[in-house]
Parts: sequence; structure tokens; C-alpha cells
Amino acid sequence: MPDSPLPEPRPGSAIEIPQDARPVPFRGGGFQHRRHPFLAPVVLLILLVLWQIGSATGFISPIAMPAPRDVLIAFRDLIVTGTLWTNLSVSLYRLLTGWLLGAVLGISVGLIIGLLSQARAAALPIVSALFPIPKIALLPLFIIWLGIGEGSKVATILFGTFFPTVISTYAGVDAVDRGLIRMGQSFGLKWSSIVRKIIIPGAMPGILSGFRISFSIAIVLLVAAEMIGAQHGIGAYILMAGSIFNLGELFAGVIILSSIGLTGSWLIGLAERRLLDWRA
Amino acid sequence: MRIILDRISHSYADTEVLRDISFDLRAGEIVSIIGPSGCGKSTLLRMIGGLERPGAGQVLISGPAPEGCLNPLTYIFQDFALLPWRTVEGNVSLVLEDHGIRGARAREVIADVLARTKLSDFRRAWPRQLSGGMKQRVAIARALAVRPAVMLMDEPLSALDSQTRELLMDDLVELWTRTPFTAAYVTHNLAEAVRLGHRIVVLSRRPGRIREVVDIDMPLAERPARMAELEPLQRSLWEMMRDEAAAADRELAHA
Repeated sequence: MPDSPLPEPRPGSAIEIPQDARPVPFRGGGFQHRRHPFLAPVVLLILLVLWQIGSATGFISPIAMPAPRDVLIAFRDLIVTGTLWTNLSVSLYRLLTGWLLGAVLGISVGLIIGLLSQARAAALPIVSALFPIPKIALLPLFIIWLGIGEGSKVATILFGTFFPTVISTYAGVDAVDRGLIRMGQSFGLKWSSIVRKIIIPGAMPGILSGFRISFSIAIVLLVAAEMIGAQHGIGAYILMAGSIFNLGELFAGVIILSSIGLTGSWLIGLAERRLLDWRA
Repeated sequence: MRIILDRISHSYADTEVLRDISFDLRAGEIVSIIGPSGCGKSTLLRMIGGLERPGAGQVLISGPAPEGCLNPLTYIFQDFALLPWRTVEGNVSLVLEDHGIRGARAREVIADVLARTKLSDFRRAWPRQLSGGMKQRVAIARALAVRPAVMLMDEPLSALDSQTRELLMDDLVELWTRTPFTAAYVTHNLAEAVRLGHRIVVLSRRPGRIREVVDIDMPLAERPARMAELEPLQRSLWEMMRDEAAAADRELAHA
């Protein structure tokens, strides 16, 4: 390019504005989410206050809903007597053992199905046939096999998380960009390197969103299994509270379950941010 | 090292895509391969690099690979094919790791290729943060890192806007002028073919056959200044391709 001198930019005021000129009406905006960090706590507080007022005035019958005070008392009893820890520890043990084993096995089988077409042809029909069975229906079978102890409950949760994990893992492997795999082959990468460095990271978003689903399934199965045959655990605690009409304790148990679920999805969110930091 | 294509023909199911293609890639020479869409140019390139087997005929290598060459036949893809979960230097290091090049030696190679592609300041950036032109520079750096004997470029500039394309063409010419490399450059863009090719292989529409092979003697570095002299050649190439391209266009509409 010859360096010819650029002409001076013209000043903006050089334009003549007619009498009837008016601004173009603004039609954009809206349909965009903004952050309102204080709204959720305020709504929660309002609901709690309404609940307390309703209970205190007798508008909410104590047979239908406990007063917030009753729930607090139930929590205090749980902490003072130490039953919170007894119930929570056995529940968390069952939940985490079952879920982690199910997830590890599920990822392994999902990868094998995703990578080897023989494995896919052999195993996928079986997975598809077993996936829709509500796993709680298998609890009696697991009790026969493994006894009434921890084994049968862990096995129920394990099976419940295994199948969704298999499916999300192999779908994640299938979704990996074929172009990237071809690139790996064209640079002469080893099969194991392609799996480790291209396929597994590429399938990771799918695997992690599968974790969210399998974790909520695990909580459902935990409570169901504990309601059917357990002395301790959050599920047993809720069942007991319901059978003696102690609604305060019942609500306390439900709140604990909600906290477990929230903590789990927060941890998965943390893992997503760490493992998928390459995404926008 | 020399690559010889010996009477390559190929069909997908009932569709014949290539018929009786023979030419060679000589050391230090860029061969542009042009043709209308769907003429099998990319298929041909995949065969040269061993990613696909021809139905008939063969692709031959003659002579030893140059010293220090890790991956003789190396691609540059239209869609860049960068791993989004690796930074710029991670993407380059990917192709070194399997050859046992790590640590200080890898850093040396990575620094060298990033400097040659003007990416030194971006070595820790994620691919999503880069423009299309920068992404393709990373892909070029990655290809240079394995010291290829032959670069196989599949429409490397087609996903870029025309200004970035000009810049990258200059970069490629600069790279070639400093250390001449052998390349097959597939494109549908006649300007690119004429700017970068020492030889131009013109393919017909499907099934792709060689219509013409044109040699251009003018040195690559002089071409931007002497574009006017190449203009008639580019026009005659377009005359040659025009009817084919129009026919290919109608053919695709039917398919």
C-alpha cells in the first residue's frame, strides 16, 4: 500500500437537521435476564413470615402444616440428641457409595460402548432393556441377594445411577467432533492418546450433565430404599415422623433432603466450572 | 520427498467421484488443486494423507523423509480442528507428546513455531478467544511443529473473511520463502490458487478428472506486486471452470 495521506475525518456537526426530525423510537430491549441477587432471599423471607402468621392465627391448620417453630424445634431435637448425625451419616454413606460406584462403572461401560462397535452391538440392547425398570422394584431382589443391610440399598442406588451414566457417557462420546478425531489420526496420535486427549474431554460436558440427572435419581432411590427397609437414615426418619403425625420432624427431614440435593448440584457445578473452564 | 498419485479412481456407493488422476508433488513446491464443488478435491487430499483408501490406483511416497520429521504428511483443515479444551500452546504440544517431546525440548519447539506464526503473545489463550485467522495460524503452527515433509491444506482459508485471507496468504508466502515446504493446496478460490501455487491442477466436475495442469514460473514473493501479469491466467482458469461450476451447481440442486 502506498502511504497516501488520509483525508481528515469530517466533523459530525456538518450535517443539516430538518425541522421535523425526531429520534427513531426505541423498540429493542426486554427478553433479557438481568441479575437480581436480593429477590430470592426476600421472597423466601416473605413466605416464611406468611407461614408463621398463618400458623399463629390458626388460618393454617397444624394438622396440614406444622408451624415454622415446630420445624425449628424438630431441628433442635435432631442436633441435641445427635440423631441428625446418625441419620445423615448413614444416608450420605449409602448415597455417595452407590452414586460414586454407579458413576464410575457407568462411565467405564459408557466409554466402552461409545468406542467399540462390538461392545455397542452387544451391550446397548441390554442397557436399553434395563434402563426403564424403576430400580426400586429390584430392592426385594437385592435384599434376597445381599441381605437387609447396607448392600441392598447401595446396590439399588448403584443400579439407578449406572444406566443414566452409561447413556449420557456414550452419547457424549458420539457427540465428539469427528473432525477432531480425524485431526488426531492425521498427526499419527496413538489410539490411547486420541481417547485420553480428544474423546474423553470432548465427552465431558455430556458426562457432567448426566451426573446432575443421576444424582437426583440417587436421592429418590435413597429415600425409597430407606422407607422400605432401614432403621436409620433420612428416609426412615421421615417415614417414622409421618406415621406418628409429627409434621415438624417430617418437614425437617424434607429440608435436609433438599439441602443434600442443593449441595450435590453445587458440587457438580463446581466440577463443571473447573473441568470445563475452556468453555465460554 | 516426492508423492506420486498413480491413476487414482474412486466411487462412493454408486457415485463416481474421481477418475484416473495422476500427478506428483515435488519437494519444495506448492501444488494448487482447484475444481468446482463436489469434484472430489478433498477426497483426493484425504487419500494423499492416508486417511482414505482409493478405490483404484495408488498414492506412492518416494525418497526418505527429511531429518527430524515427526509426521511426514500433515494436514491443515478448513475448520482448524483445534481442541477447545487446550490453550494455544497445549494444541501445539498435543502433536509433540506422542513423540516423547516434553519439557524443555517441547517448550523450545513451541516457542519457535509460535514465533514463526506471530502467536507468541497468545500462547496461553483458549481457542474460543481467538479470531478465525488466529485459529488457523495456531493450526499452521501445530503443523510446523512436526516438521512435515508435505503439508496437505484443505481449503485452509475458506472459513475466513477476505481481509484475513489476504493476511494469511502473505504469511504463508513468507513462511515458504524462509523455508520452502512441499504442499498440496486444495481450494475453490482461483485467486488463492494463483497466488500460492507453483503448479495448478484443474479438476473437472464429478467425476473429477484432470482437465489441465498449469505451471507458474513467477516467484511467490513477487506475485502480489505483479498480479496484473497473472490476471490473464486467472481469467483463463475461470473460463475453463465456469461451465463446470455452473453444471456442478445445478447437479447439487438436483441431488
